[in-house]
Amino acid sequence: MGSKDIHEKTIAEIIFALNAREFSSLEITQHFLNRIKTLNSVYNCFITICEESALKQAKIADQKRMTGEFSDFCGVPIAHKDIFCTKDLRTTCGSKMLDNFIPPYDATVVEKFSFEGAVVLGKTNMDEFAMGSSNETSYFGAVKNPWDIKTVPGGSSGGSAAAIAAQITPGATGTDTGGSIRQPAALCGISGLKPTYGRVSRWGMIAFASSLDQAGPMAKTAEDCALMLKIMAGYDAKDSTSANIITPDYTEKISRSINGLKIGVPKEYFQDGLNFETEKSVLDALSQLEKQGAILVPISLPHSHLAVPAYYVIAPAEASSNLSRFDGVRYGHRCENPKDLNDMYTRSRAEGFGDEVKRRILVGTYCLSAGYYDAYYRKAQQARRLIKQDFVSAFNEVDVIIGPTCPNPAFEFGAKKNDPVEMYLEDIFTIATNLAGLPGMSIPCGLVDKKPVGIQIIGNYFREALILNVAHQYQTITDWHQNYPKDEKIESIRKMRLE
Amino acid sequence: MEWEIVIGLEVHVQLATKSKIFSGSSTTFGSKPNTQASALDLGMPGTLPTPNEEAFRQAIMFGLAINADIEKCSIFERKNYFYPDLPKGYQTTQLEKPIVRSGNIVIELSDGTRKSIRIHHAHLEEDAGKSLHEEFQEMTGIDFNRAGTPLIEIVSEPDLSSAEEATLFAKKLYGIVTSLGICDGEMAQGSMRFDVNVSIRKPGGTLGTRTETKNLNSFRFMEDAIDIEVQRQIDLIEDGKKVVQETRLFNGETKKSKSLRSKEEANDYRYFPCPDLLPVIIEDEYIEEIRRTLPELPEAKLKRFKEQYSLSNYDANILSSDQLLGQYFEVVAKKSGDAKIAANWILGELLARLNSTGLTITLCPIKSEDLAEMICRILDNTISGKMAKEVFDGMWKGDGNADSIISSRGLKQVSDSSVIESLVIHIIKINPNQVDDYLKAEEAKRSKMLGYFVGQVMKASKGQANPKQVNKILRGQLNKLINNIEL
Repeated sequence: MGSKDIHEKTIAEIIFALNAREFSSLEITQHFLNRIKTLNSVYNCFITICEESALKQAKIADQKRMTGEFSDFCGVPIAHKDIFCTKDLRTTCGSKMLDNFIPPYDATVVEKFSFEGAVVLGKTNMDEFAMGSSNETSYFGAVKNPWDIKTVPGGSSGGSAAAIAAQITPGATGTDTGGSIRQPAALCGISGLKPTYGRVSRWGMIAFASSLDQAGPMAKTAEDCALMLKIMAGYDAKDSTSANIITPDYTEKISRSINGLKIGVPKEYFQDGLNFETEKSVLDALSQLEKQGAILVPISLPHSHLAVPAYYVIAPAEASSNLSRFDGVRYGHRCENPKDLNDMYTRSRAEGFGDEVKRRILVGTYCLSAGYYDAYYRKAQQARRLIKQDFVSAFNEVDVIIGPTCPNPAFEFGAKKNDPVEMYLEDIFTIATNLAGLPGMSIPCGLVDKKPVGIQIIGNYFREALILNVAHQYQTITDWHQNYPKDEKIESIRKMRLE
Repeated sequence: MEWEIVIGLEVHVQLATKSKIFSGSSTTFGSKPNTQASALDLGMPGTLPTPNEEAFRQAIMFGLAINADIEKCSIFERKNYFYPDLPKGYQTTQLEKPIVRSGNIVIELSDGTRKSIRIHHAHLEEDAGKSLHEEFQEMTGIDFNRAGTPLIEIVSEPDLSSAEEATLFAKKLYGIVTSLGICDGEMAQGSMRFDVNVSIRKPGGTLGTRTETKNLNSFRFMEDAIDIEVQRQIDLIEDGKKVVQETRLFNGETKKSKSLRSKEEANDYRYFPCPDLLPVIIEDEYIEEIRRTLPELPEAKLKRFKEQYSLSNYDANILSSDQLLGQYFEVVAKKSGDAKIAANWILGELLARLNSTGLTITLCPIKSEDLAEMICRILDNTISGKMAKEVFDGMWKGDGNADSIISSRGLKQVSDSSVIESLVIHIIKINPNQVDDYLKAEEAKRSKMLGYFVGQVMKASKGQANPKQVNKILRGQLNKLINNIEL
């Protein structure tokens, strides 16, 4: 372990090093900040870098570690997706609309990490209002995939995923509405978990689609995700949709044997559209798990084809309402010299929102309109119930369900930008779990064209511990999660710019 | 031509919870703008609503009071529209599964008949903020203190057929919500606001096109608005024109209404279930617990007031229809020991003063204990009824309580019969002509003529003689003269 550079360490290894007083938090924090300063101009992972406050937090953490009581996470640097409100620190949600927004409060997730003494390196880039699967919709420019800077990192938590892949942060928070943690995790070759809806408080997390949004951990390993989830999870009286149930110790049973574990393999996840090489990697991973004693059970999720269409009614419908508050009245972007109220509304919103956000507001508004509600929104909710029922039936037979996270490895910038439907199909395997409210995790399982691909492990409600256990077992027998791209040289960026 | 009037009411009642329906902010009225607005009330990003149980409890109390069904699984919906005082761009309200459904309220018409008015439903929702136009030049300020105050919107069936009935209904509703203690009843502060739906039709004919006049915050404005709207619709139809479905605004000062927006211009509110709030499950046990602790309702109080205090139906009706007025009355009645006189003073002098100054009973400058004390002084003959009016006036102006005003103004009534007798004899002696007339007059006319002497005696006593005694002694003395007895 000692032979690794600081930035190559996992969170678990950083905690070990801090506990062993091998390094101080200040040294670790400074190391990551230095890397961010050189590499962020290449990858554009961060919207805001918090050098000053991070160093301050690191010093406090070191003091705590010298004197009083402290938790494991004390002094560990992480990054927050810029969708989480941070007190007195700009929170943009990747939008021009909130370019100037400084919240007077912390999101519950942010507060929990601060309470543990974690150091916040900065706020990571994302698709505008989390709407996108490539990070190309960010007002602050697209994030580049460290495996190949001509390709997208996935989205919407692309900044968090790329920052971990580039090893400029050991872990980061993300949010997942239709795959926004899992898809970028797969495309960047890292581990990312979307917990059960209600497991992590949504308070202070800027809403995209409230009934689907869920925050989760992103890191190098399943073990690190377990460490992070332990902090993030738990009932919050401020979020009435958060679940009032006990939070297990996710690391405790992470090394349990998976002998006898029943893995459902849905046939609908291995059909047309799935990249052949990706499929091979996923099947390889399944046979690795089989060698550990797991039993593969072919299953069917017959309503899978309804997931994408249902999602693209429900998510925009909720978004159209959630984003109404950005009206230029109280905070956020307001147009210059409005003529009257209507002018202020229309110009502020026209200027503040990007194309994809506008597209979804339009779609959502249409779906909820008088005369269309039954045909779209109500129908979509019915489809949602069928999808959920598929999973409920499946989990009567199996313990977890495993398939590919995405149909393809990372694609090039612009490849799908002008075809929204093509882009929406990126999330074809991840969306159903959001509709059902189930937990799902992506971990790397191979390289296709030198670019990472991932498997998705879906568990029953509140069975994140089992998902993490399976993921960790996989990572103890494979090393895909230890593969990281080489640091991109500044020259190559200059070259790319010239091209 | 005869027209039948069809009226339905939508009543917004601000619930008397300490904090807002979805945030912990205080609901106190009149604080500095935006000092009672949390991040949630301001619609800041990432904030989430948490329901206030007390608002549900109060809504259920109302439901039980009007014999309604309580929804066991009620849900919140979002009503989407843009307005500067609506911070989130939607109002959290209820549409498909409101907390209260199908109740009724009985009103008593002036001819004594009772009419049952059906309540379609009552739902919980949040109030909006307030736009402030006056203090800003060419700009509008917004105060979000009111945003998130819990409301129940009570929607009646179109069972009302006159402005008078609508007013009786509204007052009855007022009595119910104030008796339950779920509304402070401060109408001037917007605690109760009415929207009236009005249409007219030929008797027995199909329903006419209705209009809605919004945001009426007093019984009088509501009554005027209905009268004016009915007349406007009659005029339109009798002129061969048509009533247009629209929302109208009524100006209480000018007594004029104007169109706000037509049906075509109406918003499409795009209602859908609020994904931030789970369905609220109400258990039977919870409802029964509320039923057991329900306070006395106006209907029961009316009956009790008539029996316990021997009040007329009319008096008992007014006193029982307003929780705080009823409470005030009971204190005065009990402390003074004379319910009839207590009722007379409250329904006469006190209500007249309150009405003319626009005050409610809570802001009444005379405390119930002080009014009771004044009545005691009438009953023990310390002061006359006329003096009491002066004492009342003093108390109203804040000059002190009854006893202190009586002593500081020397209002003590003279009831000593020997003093009054000598005054009476003196007056008889200095008015020989009037005495002569009295003696010559027929018995029937004498009592009228007696008034002159009473007046003279009262004047001579500087108003302090007990008028009853003056009357009695005067009669006695004059009778002596009739019977040729030397005084």
